[in-house]
Amino acid sequence: MLNRVLLLCLALVWTVSVSVTAQDVAEGGIDTLSLPLPAPAQNVVAANHVYDDGEVIDVNWDKSPDDPENILGYIVYRAETDGAFDSIRTLLPGETFFSDDNVEDEIPYKYQIGVIGENGVSLSGESELAVATWELFNFGMWNTFLWMFVFCGSVIGFIISAKSGRKLYIRKIGGLEALEEAVGRATEMGRPILFIPGILDMDDVQTLAAITILGKVARVVADYDSKIRMPVSRSLVLTAARETIKESYTSAGRPDGYNEDMVQYVTDEQFGYVAAVNGIMVREKPATCLYLGAFFAESLILAETGNSIGAIQIAGTARPGQLPFFVAACDYTLIGEELFAASAYLSEDPKQLGSLKGQDVGKVIAMFGLLVGTAAMTLSVAWQVPATQWILDLMNNLFTTN
Amino acid sequence: MRKGPIIITAAVALFFVISWIIKSGGAPEGSSSYDAIAEGFWLTFAAFLTLAILSFLYKDNPFYKFAEHLYVGVSAAYWMSLGFWTTLVANLFPRISMTLSEWFQVEFISYQYHFWVPPILGVLLLMRLSPKGGWLSRWALAFIVGTTAGLNLPRFLRSDFIEQISSTMLPILVNWQGFGDFFTNFSLSASGQFVSIVSNFLVVLGVLCGIIYFFFSKEHKGAFGAASRFGIWVLMVTFGASFGYTVMGRISLLVGRLTFLLDDWLGIISG
Repeated sequence: MLNRVLLLCLALVWTVSVSVTAQDVAEGGIDTLSLPLPAPAQNVVAANHVYDDGEVIDVNWDKSPDDPENILGYIVYRAETDGAFDSIRTLLPGETFFSDDNVEDEIPYKYQIGVIGENGVSLSGESELAVATWELFNFGMWNTFLWMFVFCGSVIGFIISAKSGRKLYIRKIGGLEALEEAVGRATEMGRPILFIPGILDMDDVQTLAAITILGKVARVVADYDSKIRMPVSRSLVLTAARETIKESYTSAGRPDGYNEDMVQYVTDEQFGYVAAVNGIMVREKPATCLYLGAFFAESLILAETGNSIGAIQIAGTARPGQLPFFVAACDYTLIGEELFAASAYLSEDPKQLGSLKGQDVGKVIAMFGLLVGTAAMTLSVAWQVPATQWILDLMNNLFTTN
Repeated sequence: MRKGPIIITAAVALFFVISWIIKSGGAPEGSSSYDAIAEGFWLTFAAFLTLAILSFLYKDNPFYKFAEHLYVGVSAAYWMSLGFWTTLVANLFPRISMTLSEWFQVEFISYQYHFWVPPILGVLLLMRLSPKGGWLSRWALAFIVGTTAGLNLPRFLRSDFIEQISSTMLPILVNWQGFGDFFTNFSLSASGQFVSIVSNFLVVLGVLCGIIYFFFSKEHKGAFGAASRFGIWVLMVTFGASFGYTVMGRISLLVGRLTFLLDDWLGIISG
């Protein structure tokens, strides 16, 4: 009798199981009788993403033991404190991390990870509640702050030193020595000087350097009673350049020599600007062409046209991609930082000189760091010298960005 | 007026009209006769402008001047129009004025009062046009320059200083098992030990000497001068490689224009 009852119970359980499974499958369900579910992910941890503006929660978990052979991927579920879980992302096998950047700050969320197998999804335990919060300071950038402090301190120190009357030495820069000669040549030939400040706006540091050099060039032009021509491609540069040239003429004691038409807006369009400048070159035949600032594909077109009219050409840019063209086609080229050094060298302004000297401190630090880091790495890799490890750790801390 | 320019202008005009007529006949089936004529005109005009700009390679001429002035005028107007519609209409008005948003038929977002700062700075810049208030434009310029410097300082410090140094700290000796092993397994393979060692050594030395070249506080004489000269050689070799690479890119631009002329316009090559 007992056996019959047991048999009946087993039949009943089997019937119910089969009907439930059939219903699940029919509804796109996730379980079958024949295959087991994959092992779930473990240790789901959700935490605020640090040093952001409160918009991200990071979720980590341990891989399912069945990853990658027997799983198809992971599903990340999210819920508010008492809410139901919703699927928010499907990930590939092997993933153990997800940054949820679609959260609202100050609202607690909990997460659950589903492992997708051939026969269904197995769910992990729920994570603790996590809240996205914003932080005022990014302490992960401490080394950036340190170096900024060192450089700014050096710059301020040198500026104070220069202002107190101390003579700060700066080596000669080849192209600059030729600047006055080039202006003199234009004066003798009765032709204008063409000054091109690049094609970027006043928010680019190269344009700023170019405008500083323009001040000195315009001063020499005013002294020699020569002519300067400056087509620009940005309205703000137009304003700044007119202001600078006007000041130079005034400081040279020739305010009447200044004319607003010396600086002329052409167009913001790169090659439209180039076409216009080329036209000016071949029609007015300037004796000297100065290309100082940020240049792109127009560098070679301008320099070649200047070369074809026989102008003496001095170029300067910090864009590595354009330097080869200027080196090939111009008489003198200010390479990279020489452009910025030039403005300090010419202006003899204590602020700029101090800034340049402060940057030299940065170069000494860079060389020292490079030598020490390379030596420590070589000793560590080639001979596994244990004493070098702390040096490598120190270098990593000082020179690694997060 | 001399005869030469008149004959050349007449010949170009004649070629233009012939090209227009021919290209108007080759419009896709189903397009109206007006579309065909317009298509033929624009195709011919594009080819004419391309040739006009290329004619500068010979010398300055009226056709180049025409193309140049057209390009400058159209692009200046285009950028101004684009700036107005994408900056003022699309971004500013929906945040400062419901009336202006409705006027320009853009969706009003919400009142965001800090968006008044840019137009105020813009007005300050325009004060330059006023003989007495010109000095006010300096405030806007100072704001732009100061903000740029402040925003760029940490960015450049990280990308151009910290990350450059950490990327250049390389072991000079790679897979080092002693001199015996080095000579026994000597190979000139690109992935071999010798090439890796030379490569890392050159990177470190080149960077060090390059920095020395850009060191302005000491005269470049003696050993310091020699290191500086090596630094500039490294730069020049890099420039040479970069020159060749970029020229190849420019050739592809030329090919693009030639393809337009020979395929789209003349149809003498297949695309």
